[in-house]
Amino acid sequence: MAVRVVTDAVPAEAPPVSTRGGVLAAVGLALLRSRKATFGLTMLAFFALVGLLAPLIAPYDPHALLFDPILGPSLAHPLGTTSFGQDIFSQLVWSTRQSLLLAIVAGLFATLISVIVGVSAAYLGGLWDHVLNLFTDVFLVIPTLPLMIVVAAYAKSGGVVVLIAVIVITGWSYGARQLRSQALSLRNREFLEAARVRGERSLYIIVFEVMPNMTSLIVAIFLGAALYAVLAAAGLQFIGLGDPNDLSWGTMLYWAQANGALLAGSPIWVLAPGICIALLGAAFALLNYAFDELSNPALRPVRRRKS
Amino acid sequence: MGYLIRRLEFFFITLWAALTINFILPRVMPGNPAEAMLVRFHGRVSPQTIHTLEVALGLNNHQPLWQQYLQYLGNTVTGNFGTSVTFFPTSVGDVIKQGLPWTLGLVGMSTIIAFALGTILGMLSAWRRGGFLDAILPPVFIVISAFPYFWLGLIVLLVLSLTLGWFPLGFAYDVTGSIELSWSFVGQVIAHGFLPALTIVITSIGGWILTMRNTMITTLAEDYVKMARAKGLSPVRIMFMYAGRNAILPNLTGFAMSLGFVISGAILVEIVFNYPGLGFTLLQAVHSEDFSLMQTLFLMITLAVLVAVLAADFLTAWLDPRTREAS
Repeated sequence: MAVRVVTDAVPAEAPPVSTRGGVLAAVGLALLRSRKATFGLTMLAFFALVGLLAPLIAPYDPHALLFDPILGPSLAHPLGTTSFGQDIFSQLVWSTRQSLLLAIVAGLFATLISVIVGVSAAYLGGLWDHVLNLFTDVFLVIPTLPLMIVVAAYAKSGGVVVLIAVIVITGWSYGARQLRSQALSLRNREFLEAARVRGERSLYIIVFEVMPNMTSLIVAIFLGAALYAVLAAAGLQFIGLGDPNDLSWGTMLYWAQANGALLAGSPIWVLAPGICIALLGAAFALLNYAFDELSNPALRPVRRRKS
Repeated sequence: MGYLIRRLEFFFITLWAALTINFILPRVMPGNPAEAMLVRFHGRVSPQTIHTLEVALGLNNHQPLWQQYLQYLGNTVTGNFGTSVTFFPTSVGDVIKQGLPWTLGLVGMSTIIAFALGTILGMLSAWRRGGFLDAILPPVFIVISAFPYFWLGLIVLLVLSLTLGWFPLGFAYDVTGSIELSWSFVGQVIAHGFLPALTIVITSIGGWILTMRNTMITTLAEDYVKMARAKGLSPVRIMFMYAGRNAILPNLTGFAMSLGFVISGAILVEIVFNYPGLGFTLLQAVHSEDFSLMQTLFLMITLAVLVAVLAADFLTAWLDPRTREAS
C-alpha cells in the first residue's frame, strides 16, 4: 500500500486542454455513448419541458378549491384531488417549475463556492490550504439538516431565497474537497509551471489554465450539488420550513402529510410528488455517475501530504 | 501519535465551530423571532433562566458581545441549556436525555448494518468484475440514493404497515405499554424500530457499496494481490485478508465523513414514523418555535456525529499502522 500512495500521486498524464470547445466536444461524445447519461438527460429535458409548458399542460388552476375532496383517479382528474379539492395533477405539473429551478440555482451557487474554496486551497497551498481545508472538513462533518432547520426557522417565511441560501451554505463542502484533490494533482504539471514562468498572475492561472482542465469534474460536482438541492429542498419543505403557499413537490408532500393522506386513503397524493422528486434526483445522480466514470482516470485520489 | 492528535484537534475545532455558529445565528438573522418565545417565559421561570436564554438566543443587549460569548460557552459546557417551551417546565437537557437513546439506537444500529452489508456487497461486486452483482448493484443504488429518505419511509409505511399490516404504524413501542425491562418490551422495540431502520439501511447502503467497490477494484490490481494469487492462496482468503482488508480503510474514513448526511436523513425518517428520538423532538421544537431546544439539538447531534468520527479515527489508527508511523 505504501508504494501505491506514491504511484497514485502521479496523475494520469492526459494532455492538458487548451480550448474549452475541445473539452465540451469530448464530454458530449462520451455522454452520448453512456446509457445512464442518456436517461438522465432525457429525464431532465422532460421536466424542463413540463415546467416551461405548465400553463398548457395543467388542466386546472393548481390553487383553486374547485372540486370534491379526495376524489380517486378519473378521466377528469388523472391523479384525483386533495383534501382541499385541488386537482393533484395540475399541482404536480406547476410544481415542476420551482423544484427544477431550486435545484439548478442552488446547485450552481454551491458549485461556485466549491470551486472558489477548493481550487484556491490547492493552488495557494501552505497556510491557506490548511485553513480552507479545515473549513471544508468542518462543514462536511457538521450534520446539515439540523443546521438547515435552525437557519430556516430563524429566517422565518423567507420563501425560496432563504431555501436556496440554506442549501448553498450546507451543500458546497463535498465538491470543494474533490476539487481540491484534483487541483492538487494538477499543481505541478508543466503547463502551469510554464504559465508561472511567464509571470502570469495567480488569478489568471487559476481561471484560464487550471479550470479548463477540471471542467468535467466541475460539471459532476454541479450535478451532485443539484441532487443534494433536490433532496434538501424536499426535506425542508416537507417539514414545513418552506413557504406553504409555494407550489413545489416538497410542499405538496407537506400538505399531504399534514392532512394524513396515507391514512385518509389517498396515497397518490403522497406517491406522485415523491416519484417526481425521485426521478429528478435520479436524473442528476445518473448523469453525475456518468461524469464520474468519464473523469475517473485523471481523478485518482491524491493523498494529502502528511505534515 | 501525531495522527490522533491531529484528529483530536479537528474534533475540538469542529465542536467550537458548531458552538459559534449557534451563537452567531440568532444575532445575524434580521428580526429575531426568538423574542416572541422569551415573552412567553416571563413570570414563569427564574430571572436566572431568563438570562441564560437571553445570552443563548442573542436577546441580551446590555453586555458587550465577548462577555455574552464567554457566558454562552460557559453555560453550554456546563450543560445549562435553559428551559424548553415545548415541554415546559422540563429543561432542555432533560428533553434531550429522553430522545437521545432512541436516536442513538436507531441510527447506530442501522448505520452499522448498512456499513457492514454495503462493504461486503461492494467487495463481492468488485471481486467478480462485470458479474451479476457488479451489473445490478451500482445502477440500482444510484437511483435509490436519489430518493428522499422520508418519502421512502412513507412508502415503506404504506406498503408494509398500512396495507399488509406486518408492522406497527409508528412510535418506538406500544403506546399502551410503558418502558420496562421485559422480553415483550424488547420485542415491541424491535417491531417498531424495524421499518425506520429498514428505510435508513436501504437509502444509505448504496454509498458504502459504491465506495467499497471502487477502492476494491484499485486494490485488486496491486502487486501483492497478484503475488497472493501466484502463491495459489484460496480466493476467499485473498478477497478478505489481502484485498478487502486494505480496501476497507478509505471506506472507514468515508464512513465517518458521511455520518452527518446519514443522520440528516434519519431525522426525517424519525418524523415520518413518529419515532420519539431527537429528530422528532426537533420537529416539535420547530413547530412551537422553541429556539433553545432547536439549537441545543443541533449541538447535540453534531456532538454525536463528532464522537462517531473520532471513534472511526481511532479505529483507523488501530487498523492502519501507517497512520501511527506518520509521526
